[in-house]
Amino acid sequence: MPSYTMIVNGKPVTVEAPADLALLWVLRDKLGVRGPKFGCGIGVCRACTSHLNGAEIQPCVTPVAECAGQEVTTIEGLASGDDLHPVQEAWLEQDVAQCGYCQPGQIMAAVALLRTKKEISDDDIDRIANVCRCGTYFRIRQAIKSAAAKMA
Amino acid sequence: MTCDNEVPVPGARVPVRRRQFLAFLVAAPVLTVAVPGTAEAVVPTLPQPAEILDLGDVLILAGAPTEGALAVLSVGEDGVVTLELPRCEVGQGITTATAMLVAEELDLPLDRVRVVLADARPELLMNQLTGGSNTIRSVYGPVRRAAAVARARLLAAASRQQGVAVAELSTRDGAVVLPDGRSIAYGLLTSAAAQLTGVFAAQPKPASEHRLVGTPQSRIDARAMVTGQFEYTLDHDVPGAMPTVVRRPPTINGSVRSVDSGAARSMPGVLAIGVVPTGVAVVAETFGQAMAARDALKVTWNAGTIDSLSDKEIRDKLRAAALPFVVPPLLTQHVDMEFDFAFVSHAPMETNSAIADVRDDRAEIWAGLKSPIVARQTIAAAIGLPEAAVEVHVVQGGGSFGRRLFFDAAIEAAQISKALRRPVKLMWSRTDDLRHGRARAASHHKLRATFGLGNVLTFEHRVASVETDFRHGLGEILTATAAKLPVGGNLSFAQTVFLTTCKVPYNFGVVTSLLNEVPLRMHTGSWRSVYSANTRGAEEILVDQLAKKMGKDPVAFRREFLKDARQRAVLDKVAAEGQWGRAMPPGFAQGVAFHDEYKSCTACLVEIDARDPKNPRVVKAVIAVDVGRPINPRGLEAQMLGGLTDAISTTLRAGLHIDKGLPLEGSYSQFHYARQKDAPLDVRIHVMPATGEPGGAGELGVPAAVGAIANAYARATGVVPRSFPIIFPVDFEPFPR
Repeated sequence: MPSYTMIVNGKPVTVEAPADLALLWVLRDKLGVRGPKFGCGIGVCRACTSHLNGAEIQPCVTPVAECAGQEVTTIEGLASGDDLHPVQEAWLEQDVAQCGYCQPGQIMAAVALLRTKKEISDDDIDRIANVCRCGTYFRIRQAIKSAAAKMA
Repeated sequence: MTCDNEVPVPGARVPVRRRQFLAFLVAAPVLTVAVPGTAEAVVPTLPQPAEILDLGDVLILAGAPTEGALAVLSVGEDGVVTLELPRCEVGQGITTATAMLVAEELDLPLDRVRVVLADARPELLMNQLTGGSNTIRSVYGPVRRAAAVARARLLAAASRQQGVAVAELSTRDGAVVLPDGRSIAYGLLTSAAAQLTGVFAAQPKPASEHRLVGTPQSRIDARAMVTGQFEYTLDHDVPGAMPTVVRRPPTINGSVRSVDSGAARSMPGVLAIGVVPTGVAVVAETFGQAMAARDALKVTWNAGTIDSLSDKEIRDKLRAAALPFVVPPLLTQHVDMEFDFAFVSHAPMETNSAIADVRDDRAEIWAGLKSPIVARQTIAAAIGLPEAAVEVHVVQGGGSFGRRLFFDAAIEAAQISKALRRPVKLMWSRTDDLRHGRARAASHHKLRATFGLGNVLTFEHRVASVETDFRHGLGEILTATAAKLPVGGNLSFAQTVFLTTCKVPYNFGVVTSLLNEVPLRMHTGSWRSVYSANTRGAEEILVDQLAKKMGKDPVAFRREFLKDARQRAVLDKVAAEGQWGRAMPPGFAQGVAFHDEYKSCTACLVEIDARDPKNPRVVKAVIAVDVGRPINPRGLEAQMLGGLTDAISTTLRAGLHIDKGLPLEGSYSQFHYARQKDAPLDVRIHVMPATGEPGGAGELGVPAAVGAIANAYARATGVVPRSFPIIFPVDFEPFPR
């Protein structure tokens, strides 16, 4: 079985896995990194949303082979120790989470968006297609705006 | 039926004799005119069963014998107080709200209360079920009393230790405060308190002294959630429990005829394959490998239980099943309407999942379970072990919306673990969950209202629904309490639930609501608000049409016919805050609706952008909610926001198409639950001040929002929607079966 080395949340790791195994299962089942959640397996619910070299990916549809030698960041790697990322802080401030299952993906999508744009419009936020089955969208919107204001 | 008591009518100038308004039933067109003095007063409606005893009351009565044992509290030497809550948190905020109750009684900072979900506790009999919007209603007393007793014990321990009378002691900030100002932390007293004997009677604080309860608080688990540390079922490590998936039949309830697992067995990572009653289970080192092997299985299947049925046949059955009206439409002014509602998946983000470790002589199960006692009993029977040998752990769930009242995954995981003789970590795929999971039953609604002289004289609603499955133990609770119900005869559990939840909140003269269910062997279950989303949603649409026919404004009309001031207050609140009646551009409109259940009430006003009728968006929502006594207003607002999003989804786009025995929808790209682009840009939720005991809140938000959205759509487009979801094409290529 081939083996792949990559940086996960700042630490180098090497895993043996079939080339087409989705990164999500490498993270969750081989490395015990369980912040990214399974919700659909086809990249449409986006509960697993994480970053590859700082850009948004859906690990459930990203083969592990594509991540070799690159930097993977999951929700666990967002904060610096006890210092939360401003987006995480905004999520707490707005008390966004209900069941919380989609929120790691929501936060990672928001962080990726805020990396590409400083001025965030409602249209930008509308383009975040992550499903929240508890329906927290309005609080997500407020949290993103609040984080954007603080990060500006 | 001919009693002649005087019935006080709210707002009426002249008391109305019951004989008079009952007369409408027999000869409405004639007697309407023949009853002088009633034309300006509303025609009162007799109390309906749900107004006398609602489902929550039934659950509380059923739990009464075990109420004293409900809340288990422990005070740790670190000063942290742990509440073992025999309910299931799934996002609704009950762990935070109950932590607040404990912190309040013990004068303890909220962050020093921990809430854990209790394992199945069979000694609680019928008092470990999370449903009917009933957690806060059922634990408000018991949790506060338990905490008050804990405080009394800590005070007694301090009193003995310091030689100071209890009356001279007080509590503050997690410590007992002595008369000289020194304080002793609870953690230092807990061991002495534990050794005290005797009975400690203590009354909870009066609500007027609450400092924390009633104030907005954030979820106690929010930080763990936003850092990815929070553990759902599949995030737990149980030694040896490996990823497991199931290949499922091409139609609902199909079964395995033959399996060729040769190719699958030789695939990388595959550990075990075996047939179980629901399909073929595959265990592998990772879920990815288990799913790849699942897809490589060659399986032939026996027929399922509804193979010949598609939406059309089911709708025809429902239409045929709707019971007839009593009042003929002849000679009286009336409004008739019919509505259809599609099946709707619960579709929680965390799919059905469970961990099971079944051995020869014992078993252990982990899952998000809202009825863990029945789950334990059923699983024990299914795997042939005595009940006492089965331990069932309740894990916080990633959403439920009624779904986790059933324990399908837990029982299936136990069967797989037993068959393959190894612990398993079972996950349903999203397609499994949508196609073979539970759904809100499709329903057909016939409504008729008659009116005259400015009054509504009769209001009839005939609901025909595919059977809603209540075989999760709610049934047991109801059986035990059946004798206390105000409804008699041979009503089924479904009838009882219907009658103890659905009520028309208006003085509409003679009101009759009847349910008739069509039993189909498919997987249904209570979906947030059970019958009310469709039943009350349909009624609120009719109310708008009735107002229109009677030449009245929708808000003014509701205001006139609502039964009490508390109800009118939430309606007035949204009308004022939402600027009811403000001018809207073409294609935009406001819509309003009201709902009352479980001793709570709410009004919802939405603004819709339906310039493109095929692509509407609710752009603004204003909600007012009165739950009697809000424990955590911030959590309550979250519940109302969730109910609103559920209503946006199911009213506009989210449903399941049944095609030859199987839902076509297989993922979120096909089941159109709302996304951010469908959600309002502005949501304002007004929590009304506390006036009494807590009512239900978890399901309250859905029905009013359904009505408001449909009414707004009708006003914006000129077309009253009759079939839900309104926009419901098969706009995708279904996955292979």
